[in-house]
Amino acid sequence: MVALAHKPAVWPEKLAGVSLAVRNIDHGFTLHGDYLPVLEDVSFQVEPGEFVALLGPSGCGKSTLLRLVAGLDRPRRGSLTVDGAEVTGPDPSRVVVFQDPTLYPWRTVWRNASLGLEARGLLKQQRGRVDEALALVGLDKFAKAFPHQLSGGMAQRASLARALVNDPTLLILDEPLGKLDSLTRLTMQGELTRLWQRRGFTVLMVTHDVEEALLLSNRVIVFSDRPARLRADLAVDLSYPRHRDHPELLRLRREALGLLGLAGDW
Amino acid sequence: MTTIAEAAPGRVGALRAGDDGRPHSLGLLGVAGLLWLALAALILVWPDAQDVERTRALGLLAAGLGVGQLAVWAGRWFSPRLARLGRFAPWLVVLALWLAAWEAATAKLDLLPLPFFPSPQAFVEVYTDDWRRLGDSLLASLWLLVRGFAIGAAIGFAIGVALGWSKRAGYWIHPIMRVIGPLPATAWLPLAFFVFPTSGSASTFLIALATAFPVTVLTWSGVAGVPTAYYDVARTLGATQRFLILKVAIPAALPHVFVGLFMGLGSSFAVLVVAEMLGVKSGLGWYLQWAQGWAAYANMYGALLVMALMCSTLITLLFRLRDRLLAWQKGLVKW
Repeated sequence: MVALAHKPAVWPEKLAGVSLAVRNIDHGFTLHGDYLPVLEDVSFQVEPGEFVALLGPSGCGKSTLLRLVAGLDRPRRGSLTVDGAEVTGPDPSRVVVFQDPTLYPWRTVWRNASLGLEARGLLKQQRGRVDEALALVGLDKFAKAFPHQLSGGMAQRASLARALVNDPTLLILDEPLGKLDSLTRLTMQGELTRLWQRRGFTVLMVTHDVEEALLLSNRVIVFSDRPARLRADLAVDLSYPRHRDHPELLRLRREALGLLGLAGDW
Repeated sequence: MTTIAEAAPGRVGALRAGDDGRPHSLGLLGVAGLLWLALAALILVWPDAQDVERTRALGLLAAGLGVGQLAVWAGRWFSPRLARLGRFAPWLVVLALWLAAWEAATAKLDLLPLPFFPSPQAFVEVYTDDWRRLGDSLLASLWLLVRGFAIGAAIGFAIGVALGWSKRAGYWIHPIMRVIGPLPATAWLPLAFFVFPTSGSASTFLIALATAFPVTVLTWSGVAGVPTAYYDVARTLGATQRFLILKVAIPAALPHVFVGLFMGLGSSFAVLVVAEMLGVKSGLGWYLQWAQGWAAYANMYGALLVMALMCSTLITLLFRLRDRLLAWQKGLVKW
């Protein structure tokens, strides 16, 4: 926070986000009777309005960490606090966008986006928010379409709208662009940073794409292979929109790849 | 130059029928109309060899159908709706020929032994002279079936959801289902007629039982097969347990539920007929048994036809309901 304070261009216009404290988290699964450690003594702090990327090799436990932050699972040991309050279960202020859009096939795009409001009984008063969110992701013309009629990028946009309708203070992104084609991916990356800068929520994003992490986030936290431990915490002090050929970005990219054990290959 | 349409008229005609509503087989509809008129003449002019009634009624019926087909054939230029009826033409031609053969072999030439092979006249006689009893039987069967099916479907659905949702419900219900479920509902027949105060309530129970088993199993597997990601999404959006069951689990399981409902309806037909034949003193099953007792084979065939129409209508209604509720599946599965 202190290191970034002198670079206001990096931060959102207004700060609506929460802070997140992850302290000494241990977690694992029991597989065929054996305990399989997934996270080992993971600690870090995310400031309000910060965009933090979690980078690590595939299957290292990043997504498990996100599920803990979302409150879908409880950690074996350690504590997770959002604005000082312990995370005990899922909450619509902490919305997850999963790698798969997981839209409900029996609902139209509009009814998928309105899911959170409907679940909390707020739909009648706040119908306009659904239209707003769909317009924000450019899907207002597809409100009546069913998910199977959408392309991959559109489906992922719809799932983003479904999250945004709830006005999240912490947006949890689990490789949200992982399954998109490279062109759609580039546009969505731009859209994501613009959204974040306008709304000012805190973002925690898992990715295994080094470039994506560096293009989008203020900070990149690099994890080791399973069991995941903190390897490094890289600050990305560059203003948006970022250019992928920026020398500082290239330097950080080399550093991150080196931390992931790929330095020799690049 | 020969176009494809000329080279393969049947195929292209059939394809085109949906496009402009004026199928090639419309010409055939005129032929069918004339054939039905010829059938009417055969029935009315050729003297009966068998001692049958209602020859006049049958002849007039055939004539009326023939005139109707010719009217549709003539009216095809004015109404695309009428033109669409042209697709029945091949069937109407075959039916006319078959009826002519049947009429000749029975009433006119007396080639087939009575009472096993009644003439078309005798068939007509069943509906003109015994429609009241047949109608009562139809209503009785329908009421019994609808009652039993509705109860069975509701209970099966509720148990299926409980099994798919709750581990505790699974612990208690699963073994019972495993042991008792596969037993055909008809095996309970003697016990049911003994335990229940009336044969009607016993039959309702049996039909409900026959319906409930497939509905339970399919609903259960449907609910159990809902991807956990669907629940994760709803949970992070603040969904309650109630919301997860009603708005996530049940809609996601609905395609399976309908498979169960179709299977349940099928087995409920079987149980209906058996129950009516063995215990209930009304309904189409009872009518069949009664007609057979009097060696009234025409009545039996007549009742069988009514029963077939009833069953196929109910299945069609269930299809309609599915099409309404599962319209979203249209682009996902081969419909």
